[in-house]
Amino acid sequence: MSKDNQVLEELTSKEYEHGWTVNLEADEAPRGLNEDTVRFISAKKNEPEWLLEWRLKAFRMWVKMAEPKWPNVHYPPIDYQDIIYYSAPKKKASLNSIDEVDPELIKTFEKLGISLGEQKRLTGIAVDAVIDSVSVATTFKDKLSELGIIFCSFSEAVKEHPELIRKYLGSVVPINDNYFAALNSAVFSDGSFCYIPKGVRCPMELSTYFRINAANTGQFERTLIVAEEGAYVSYLEGCTAPMRDENQLHAAVVELYTMKDAEIKYSTVQNWYPGDKNGKGGIYNFVTKRGLCFGDHSKISWTQVETGSAITWKYPSCVLKGDYSKGEFYSVAVTNNYQQADTGTKMIHIGKNTSSRIVSKGISAGKSQNSYRGQVQIMKRASNARNFSQCDSLLMGDQCGAHTFPYIDVENNTARIEHEATTSKIGEDQIFYCQQRGISEEAAVALIVNGYAKEVLNQLPMEFAVEAQKLLALTLEGSVG
Amino acid sequence: MLSIKNLQAKIGEKQILQGIDLQINAGEVHAIMGPNGSGKSTLASVLSGREEYEVTEGEVDFLGKNLLELSPEDRAREGIFMAFQYPVEIPGVSTINFMKTALNQIRTYRGQQALDAVSFLGLMKEKMKLVEIDQSLLNRSLNEGFSGGEKKRNEVFQMAMLEPKLSILDETDSGLDIDALRIVANGVNKLRSQNNATIVVTHYQRLLDYIVPDFVHVLYKGRIVKSGTKELALELEAKGYDWIKNEVAAV
Repeated sequence: MSKDNQVLEELTSKEYEHGWTVNLEADEAPRGLNEDTVRFISAKKNEPEWLLEWRLKAFRMWVKMAEPKWPNVHYPPIDYQDIIYYSAPKKKASLNSIDEVDPELIKTFEKLGISLGEQKRLTGIAVDAVIDSVSVATTFKDKLSELGIIFCSFSEAVKEHPELIRKYLGSVVPINDNYFAALNSAVFSDGSFCYIPKGVRCPMELSTYFRINAANTGQFERTLIVAEEGAYVSYLEGCTAPMRDENQLHAAVVELYTMKDAEIKYSTVQNWYPGDKNGKGGIYNFVTKRGLCFGDHSKISWTQVETGSAITWKYPSCVLKGDYSKGEFYSVAVTNNYQQADTGTKMIHIGKNTSSRIVSKGISAGKSQNSYRGQVQIMKRASNARNFSQCDSLLMGDQCGAHTFPYIDVENNTARIEHEATTSKIGEDQIFYCQQRGISEEAAVALIVNGYAKEVLNQLPMEFAVEAQKLLALTLEGSVG
Repeated sequence: MLSIKNLQAKIGEKQILQGIDLQINAGEVHAIMGPNGSGKSTLASVLSGREEYEVTEGEVDFLGKNLLELSPEDRAREGIFMAFQYPVEIPGVSTINFMKTALNQIRTYRGQQALDAVSFLGLMKEKMKLVEIDQSLLNRSLNEGFSGGEKKRNEVFQMAMLEPKLSILDETDSGLDIDALRIVANGVNKLRSQNNATIVVTHYQRLLDYIVPDFVHVLYKGRIVKSGTKELALELEAKGYDWIKNEVAAV
C-alpha cells in the first residue's frame, strides 16, 4: 500500500464527532405516510383548517410525482412508508423561557457547542433550536420584538402571525415545485420564521440549529424569512445528527423573500452525519432553498459550507425579479468516504440590470463524488443582466470524482456572462513545502484547504467562519493524495 | 553539527548518491557544486526528507540525532531549513499566516509557548527589515504571482523568521538577475553566525561572489570528487566542469 493510500485509510477511519444520541422521550406519529399522517401532524400542532387543506393538497400532488433521477447520486430506493414523519420531544407544558427547557435538551445543545443559556447571556446571536421535528427554544425574542422583528418557531408563527404565514408560505417554493418540496409541504413539522419590518436592520445574527435525534425519523422543517423594504438580516443555520446505521431522510424547504432595497444573507454550516467509512448510514439531505428578490435593488446572498450527509441534493437559488436586484451563492462542499454531493445554484434573472455571482469550491476525498450543478437563466426582459461564475474542484487522492454541470440559458442579448472553472489536486509539493517549514501533514492539509476555500469562508459571520474552518480541517484530517 | 557518512540514495531504480561523506561545523558555509545531474539537488532533498528518495546506505547525524529517522517536519523543527529552488504557491494562504502556523508548530515541538500576536508582529517587522522585504508581499497568497526574485526573497525571509541551525540553499541563484541576487545574498549573509551553518547548492560560481563559502565541494556522479576552499570555485569557473570529469576519468 502506498503512503497516500495509508493516509487516506487513516482519514477514512475518522470518527464523526456529533454521533451521540440522548434519551429524550418522544411523541411520535405512527410509521408511514398517508392522508391520516398529514391530519395527525396538523392536529398535533392545532393548525387552522386552511393549513391542513394546504398540506393535503401538497400530499395529493406528491403522490402523483416521481423522485428526480437526474442528480449524479446513487442510492437504494427510499421506502417512504418506513419513515416516522413526526417526532417531538415530550414536554409537559409550553415553555415561557429558556430556563424551563428540559435539562436533557440543554445538555444536547451543550454537546453541540451551543449552550442556549450562555448564548442568551453572552453572545449577540439569537438562536432557535429545532430538535427532531419541533422548535424547542428561541433566545433573544423579547429584545428582537422591541424592534418589531419576529423570530420564532414556525408553529408559533402559524398561531401568532397567521396572516403573514398565509401570505408568504409557498410563495417562493410552490408546493408542487419538486418531489421533495411537495413532501415537505405535506408533512413539515416545524422550523423557523423570521420577519424584519420596513427599514429595520436586524442588530444580531439570527441562527437556527437543527438536530435529528430520534431513530427512523425524517426531518422536514421549513424556514421562511421575509425582509420588508429596506430591511436587513443575516441568518445562519447549523445541523448535526447521531450516527445510525440506517439512512435518515431530511427534506427541508427554505423560502426567502426580499422587498425593495432589502437584503437577506443566509449562511449554512451543514454537518449531518455522513455515514461510516464503508458508506453505511448517514443522512439523505434533499433540500429546496430559494430566495425571491421581489423588490428593486434587493439582494439575497447564500453561503454554504457542506461537510456532512451521505447524499446532498441542494441548489440554493435566487429569483431576481426586481430591477437591479442581486443574487450571490458562495459554496464549499466537502465529500469524503462514500459521500455524494450534487449541489449548486440557480440564478434566474427576470428584472433589468440584475446581477449574480457564483463561487463554488468543491473538495473531494476518499471514494466520494462531488458535483456542481448550476443554472444561469437570463429571461427576455432582463436587459443588461450580469453573471459571474467560478467553479473550482480540488481532488484528494485518486479514487474520488469531481463533476461540473453548468447550464446557461440566455434570451436577452445584452447579457454578459462569465464562467471560470478549475480542477486541481493538493500537490505533494505543497504538503512537503509546509512540512519543511515544520508544519505537520495534517496541519498542512488544513492550511491548504482553508486557503482554497477562503473566498467562501470570508462570507461567513466571524464566529462561524472559525467553526467552519475547524470543521473543514476535521473532515479532511490526514487526507492527502 | 552535521555529519554525513557514506550516504547512498536512489529514486525509483536509479541510484543517484553513491556514497557521500561530509562534515559541517557550526559557523561554516559549504558550497556544493557540480554539473547537472551530479546529485546536488538530490542531496538537498535527502537531507530535508523528501519521500521520493530512498536512502540505501549511510548515516546522517545532526546535532546528535539520527536525521534519517526523523519526519520532514521534525527535521525542520530540529533546525533544518531548505530554501527551495522552485518555491510552491499556496493560494489563499498569506506568507504571514503561513509563518505563524510554522513558527508555532516549531515552538510547540520545542516545548515553548505559541507567540502572541504582538510578539509575532514584532519579530516579523524585525526580520522584514533584515532581508529587505515589503509587507505587501507578505500579505499576499504565498508565492502566488510572485516574480522569481520575490519568491527567493520570500524564502530568505522565512529562513530569517525560523532561525534555523542549518540552512540548505538549493540553487537559490537560478532565475535571479544580478540585483535580486545581491539582495538575496545580503539577507543570507546577515543571518550567518557562529551558531549556524549553511549549505549552498549551486551550479555557477556567481552566487559565491556574494555568499563567500569556507569550503567548496564538487559533486560528480553522486560522489564528492574534490574539496577545497573558495579558490576551487574560481578554478571551476575558469576551467569548466570538463576539467573535473577528465580528472575523474583519469583515476
